[in-house]
Amino acid sequence: MNLEIGPIFRAMMRNKVGAMLIMLQIAVTMTIIANGFSIIQERKALMARDSGVDIANSFHLSNVSFAEDFDMQTAVIDDLKAIRELPGVADAIQVNAIPLSGSGWSMGLQTEAGDDIDGSGTAVYMVDDHALSAYDVKLIAGRNFELTDLRWRTDNTNDWADVLIATEALTKSLFPDLTPQEVIGKTVFINNHEPIIIIGIIDKLQAPWSGWNNLDHVMLTPDRLAFRGNRYYIRAEEGVRDDVMKRVEETLSNRLSGRMIQGMESMEETQRESYTGASGMIKMLTLIMIVLTIITAMGIVGLASFSVNRRKKQIGTRRALGAAKNSIIRYFMIENLIISGAGVIVGAILTVGLNMILVQAFSLTPIAWYYVPIGMISLLVIGQIAVFGPAQKASSIPPALATRSA
Amino acid sequence: MFTYYLRLAFKSIKRTPILSALMISAIALGIGACMTTISVNYMMSADPIPHKSDQLYYVRVDSWDPYNAFDDPNIPPNQLTWTDATNLTLAGKAFRQSAMARSGGVLEPDNPDIKPFQAGIRLAYNDFFDMFDVPFLYGNPWTDEADINPELVVVLTEQLNERLFGGENSVGRTIKMRSNDLTVIGITKTWEPVPRFYDITTGPFNDVSDMFMPYRLKQELELPNWGNNNCWKPSEGSGFMSRLLSECINNQMWVELPNEQARQDYMDFLDSYVNEQKALGRFPRPLNNKLTDVMDWMKHENVVPDDAEIMLWLSFLFLLVCLLNTIGLLMAKFATKSSEIGLRRAVGASKQALFIQHLVEAGLIGFAGGILGLGLSLLGLEGVESLFGDFISKVAHMDATLVAMAFGLAVLSSVAAGLYPTWKACNIAPASQLKSQ
Repeated sequence: MNLEIGPIFRAMMRNKVGAMLIMLQIAVTMTIIANGFSIIQERKALMARDSGVDIANSFHLSNVSFAEDFDMQTAVIDDLKAIRELPGVADAIQVNAIPLSGSGWSMGLQTEAGDDIDGSGTAVYMVDDHALSAYDVKLIAGRNFELTDLRWRTDNTNDWADVLIATEALTKSLFPDLTPQEVIGKTVFINNHEPIIIIGIIDKLQAPWSGWNNLDHVMLTPDRLAFRGNRYYIRAEEGVRDDVMKRVEETLSNRLSGRMIQGMESMEETQRESYTGASGMIKMLTLIMIVLTIITAMGIVGLASFSVNRRKKQIGTRRALGAAKNSIIRYFMIENLIISGAGVIVGAILTVGLNMILVQAFSLTPIAWYYVPIGMISLLVIGQIAVFGPAQKASSIPPALATRSA
Repeated sequence: MFTYYLRLAFKSIKRTPILSALMISAIALGIGACMTTISVNYMMSADPIPHKSDQLYYVRVDSWDPYNAFDDPNIPPNQLTWTDATNLTLAGKAFRQSAMARSGGVLEPDNPDIKPFQAGIRLAYNDFFDMFDVPFLYGNPWTDEADINPELVVVLTEQLNERLFGGENSVGRTIKMRSNDLTVIGITKTWEPVPRFYDITTGPFNDVSDMFMPYRLKQELELPNWGNNNCWKPSEGSGFMSRLLSECINNQMWVELPNEQARQDYMDFLDSYVNEQKALGRFPRPLNNKLTDVMDWMKHENVVPDDAEIMLWLSFLFLLVCLLNTIGLLMAKFATKSSEIGLRRAVGASKQALFIQHLVEAGLIGFAGGILGLGLSLLGLEGVESLFGDFISKVAHMDATLVAMAFGLAVLSSVAAGLYPTWKACNIAPASQLKSQ
């Protein structure tokens, strides 16, 4: 089959600027789409990280006392008892901070005592012996807290409990060479000098800050909180969360005076808020990519239509001289393929260039190599689809047109 | 002549409605996307206190861990300890100065219809109000005396006054907070600097606290730490006072220094203060004090998020595609008019006249695209607000400068897009187009 690349190319060279414009348009479009896609994938990966907890069925609220004589210790014990007895509640704890909520407490742990030793940063959740069940996390080594481990932490408490439970990620960063079983019983140091023994390791739990490098570093300490304010984290049984939320709110609001129950929020909502930036970025980029594709495709359609109109007479002549409809269609398709081909080659270079700038300036993840060929193929396909309509129109120009004078 | 060209342009645009619509919407989309991201970036990087932003300085001293810098490379802490914030403010070496911190408490209104609620407190010295030109609706800031021997006084924001007292002049009334009666001494008029430059550590686009109280009341009333509290060593002893006097940082401080000399002098004062403290066994790190003015501080704290800048650059590329698109279409369009142009040249129209005529056509398309683009960018800002939520609502709008910028961009880009096709179209030999006709 004769593809007539020679004549097509020479005809194109008669309108260099026009061809160049589409080529550039395709190149820049590809640059934006490939990089946009890469950013979207990066954000999606962030959002897809496992939180460790039962996001769908859990919620939390805060409990703030304002009466000067409010007895928080009794309140916490009675509140938890009341909540845990409610139908539909799987388990509940009091805690100082909530995963992904944006505010919390962090500390450094180190494997040797001393002021000049580098440690590992970790989020701290102060919980009781129900935490593993409330979070729905798995204990992979050691043991859970027992009632005898628990103590009350007040505003004046300055030291730390003797034992802790850590996430696997945290123990891996402290003891990179040990298995979970070997880590159990090890002593680590908090505040440079104060020893704590690791008694248990859980598979996964996230810190309050979704943008933090050590998101998976969490330690649980056996502290009941007698602060002026604390939080309750509650896991409902499958599917009844909304009812349980109402029930808990009613139960707590009416139970005691001198305190406020506020900020009740599902973990679904907390997680969503934590990633508003990422999900907003994904939606904006998606919109831009769609609109851009449409604009470029419409541009190709518009330009091809014009070039068909301008060459009506020549097309008629070719048809009169015996060219089949198919070869007319093929002519425009190949013409587009040449232009798009050049466009995606330039586009590939621009894509990598822009990505290098973005990586440098905003420390994004470098683009995966295969996005480049995928982007190239996508734009070639879009070009071919866009040009097909005008090409078909061209093929239906009657041969008789050649005989008419304009 | 211009109106005649305008009429011709209208005619020509109407002759190819689909193509013209395509060009106009391409420009509109490009401008819309660009102006949306430009607006957000512009508002985020705006000067929140333009008339004196170069005279206000954020104070940092390096009180951190001897073995680790607060942040690499050797960056001093972004907040101060209670001790340093208090000492530096009381020294009074700047024209105006105020330590500040965030706190909060539960208010119990006398009115039984209003349930107790939690309010955010900005603790500060009274220079805060003069230094930042905070406008007052009723009453006045507290006195210097109240700063030293703190009185139980409070300045409410207009919104909190609305909530507590229905918006009336409540100066002299009291509110109960944790069994203390706070006397209202002033009410500020709505004051919302964007970005909220004076406390970046708790989010640059958050609201101003509900009320203001003398800084020293934190100690008197044992008010809690809100905002970020960072420690490099544990407090010695237990209890509120030892935590307050620890090396933990939870306070900010601003000074007003009217000229370069004052800045120099204050820098010297900071150095001598730190050296004094070193003699007392504090400040184990080498001297590393910083005075940073408002705009530099905004930059240092990355007030404009990376994502906003990424979107800005991508939207410029988007506009570029739209312009390339328009140039191509305009060229194709003018090419079909070549016989008409040839004819007009042959009967005596000058190149210049034809050039202007077609530039008017291109300009008209750009103008229409610009108007539509402005509408789209307003829509885009609504969209941005609904996508990113509350924190962005303060920056997701346009001011007069931005509207003017949108028009400028529209005209500039349509002329840029129209210039080459127009020049090309007018540059044909008249004879070549007349022959075959």
